[in-house]
Amino acid sequence: MSSLKSWKEIPMGGVAYRLSTDVKTGDWRALKPVIDQNKCTKCMICWLFCPDMSIIWDGEKVYVNYDYCKGCGICANECPVKAISMVPELGE
Amino acid sequence: MVVKTLPEIQVKKGEPPYKIWIFEPGEKKELPLIFNLRQLAEQRRPALLPGHRMCAGCAAPIVVKLASFAFRGPTIVVTATGCLEVSTTIYPYTSWALPWIHNAFENAAATASGIEAAIKAMKKTGRLKYENVDVVVFAGDGGTYDIGFQALSGMAERGHDVLYILYDNEAYMNTGIQRSGGTPKYAWTTTSPVGRVIPGKSENKKPIADIMVAHRIPYVATATPAHWMDLVKKVRKGIEVNGPAFIHALSSCDRGWRHEESISVEVLRRAVDTCYFPLWEWSPETGYLLTDRSLVIARNPSLKQPIEKFLEVQGRFRHLLRPENKELVKQLQEYVDATWNDLLKRASNAPR
Repeated sequence: MSSLKSWKEIPMGGVAYRLSTDVKTGDWRALKPVIDQNKCTKCMICWLFCPDMSIIWDGEKVYVNYDYCKGCGICANECPVKAISMVPELGE
Repeated sequence: MVVKTLPEIQVKKGEPPYKIWIFEPGEKKELPLIFNLRQLAEQRRPALLPGHRMCAGCAAPIVVKLASFAFRGPTIVVTATGCLEVSTTIYPYTSWALPWIHNAFENAAATASGIEAAIKAMKKTGRLKYENVDVVVFAGDGGTYDIGFQALSGMAERGHDVLYILYDNEAYMNTGIQRSGGTPKYAWTTTSPVGRVIPGKSENKKPIADIMVAHRIPYVATATPAHWMDLVKKVRKGIEVNGPAFIHALSSCDRGWRHEESISVEVLRRAVDTCYFPLWEWSPETGYLLTDRSLVIARNPSLKQPIEKFLEVQGRFRHLLRPENKELVKQLQEYVDATWNDLLKRASNAPR
């Protein structure tokens, strides 16, 4: 948010007017999931259990949207073939 | 109010991975249930958008996500105050891809009743653009067991066509892990601390699903997101019945239950494997029916795990694993066995 709006400019009734996709929760992450594409069987269990909707299936392969991934590791724990490993974020 | 455009991440020929659900007026199509995960990923978008501020490893967004795959068409979501409401709609942001309303802590069921009555009235006068609109409530255990119970009971008594989904993380996690009616016996919380005087909460969990069965509403079920197919089927059944329906979904909380974030789904699986949280459904016609993993355990009792399997991964039960507290674990085991045997007697599909 660049500048705060006055009460005359915001919509009535406390209607939330922006989508939370603007908020990148990826910077919460300490460990990041990395998918080994050779081991991945594309069973989509990680996509199903991801609480942040950050596993994406593009029709050919599964990848992680690091903009929103909070690094909880549920995907790595649930993966039946252990194709996902949690790697420490080393920072920029 | 024009909503800002969604970030363009190319998935499947120019389709963004995160979409707001828009239903054209008069659209009659009933969304089918899909159990093939790759098809599901291609054809459905969850009702919850990313960027919500739930803790890493929270199971509540998984409950909402799985439930939204069972929605059949235009739906209005109501949430009671709780973790889910507070962290998905931090003003001016919203994570809901559906029409969503929050009113107050205690009256989620009453708000949903009002919406359902308004839909009926609009339909009667021909002002409703859709064939039917479903109303789904998501509420936590504080908003259901304790604060919102009178509204829920009233909704069930008046027979409004609303599906009420309780995601039960067994304490007031949002305000800092205070005990609720849903907290199990001997669990540590900040208002039932473990010490020399008491070994955690000294009362048992309120059997909320059995209380809803006693209201004799058309559909009551228990579910966990770990058994996702079961959960999706039950949500669809709850939406389809004509009248109030109630689903009790156990949802782990890594901050309050004091377990690692990565085993949030695993711990729910253990809750079902130890029969701490049996999966069943109830309707006036069929009576109690065991489902999914609990039915497997009923047919093959050797699969039933001791309660320690559920307790050992959680920090809130850490004091129970000390040698001097063996007696308390035995009491818990006896309580779990008693409720499980009682359920086996009532369930019509359990082997005798």
